[in-house]
Amino acid sequence: MADAAFLALTVITIGSAIAALELRSLIYGSIALMGTLGGIAGFFFLLDAPFVALFQLAVYVGSIAVLILFTVMLVKRELIFKKVEDKRRKFAGIGLMMVVMVGLGAVFLDSGIKTITTDEPPVDFRDIGTDFVTYYWPALILMGLILAGSVTGALVLAKREDVENDQRTN
Amino acid sequence: MTNELIDFTLVSVALLGIGIYGLAVKRNFIRMLFAVEIIINAANLNLVAFGRFLPHSGGQTLALFSIAIAAAEVAVGLSLIIVAYRMYQNVDIADFRSLKG
Repeated sequence: MADAAFLALTVITIGSAIAALELRSLIYGSIALMGTLGGIAGFFFLLDAPFVALFQLAVYVGSIAVLILFTVMLVKRELIFKKVEDKRRKFAGIGLMMVVMVGLGAVFLDSGIKTITTDEPPVDFRDIGTDFVTYYWPALILMGLILAGSVTGALVLAKREDVENDQRTN
Repeated sequence: MTNELIDFTLVSVALLGIGIYGLAVKRNFIRMLFAVEIIINAANLNLVAFGRFLPHSGGQTLALFSIAIAAAEVAVGLSLIIVAYRMYQNVDIADFRSLKG
């Protein structure tokens, strides 16, 4: 049976996920998204994975959410509050969500996952470091290259072509 | 451990459902990115939960890889939003139809 911390985190995570998509203002929406990402970090703490939880807090709540917030601020004011929605599309979306939730939920509740419990001690986070430099070292290098490439690509994409360096006013 | 694996899996399914709803209904590029983030986080939660209950360090290692790749994906996605906004002065995906090949 789930404990109180788990239930509180569930309410925070799912509530702020809905708020992130449904709040009228994109700025409040991105702050609600921070709540979801922080809630997931809380779940990682409950799962005895403090290293992943702190990584999540640093990368997601600390950098990605702030990056999104700054992008939202670059967008025109009236677009931040504009909400275009088709009623029929919305009902279809809610139907699709229900099908996914009920369908997958029923499959999981019916499967053997329900009986899995553990009394074993959690994984030592030193094992993660060992994994990274032994078995997963090619993947680690590839990941570094992908990160460098994607950040460079993002910079090149967002660079303005129409303004020369000497034309910049400030 | 008082919490069971099925609890975490059900939270993950709920987040996946919310993310799919956001992708299907919303027409704002930035909100669709929010929905993608929620789905990625649901997947990470599953990875760490299964890693805890096996128990095996692979779950946490894969979750760390996934978080790092998601950071790259967000950087590219946001720069695409900025480029599209500069071209169309809008973030509504209905206006981006002319990007289709």
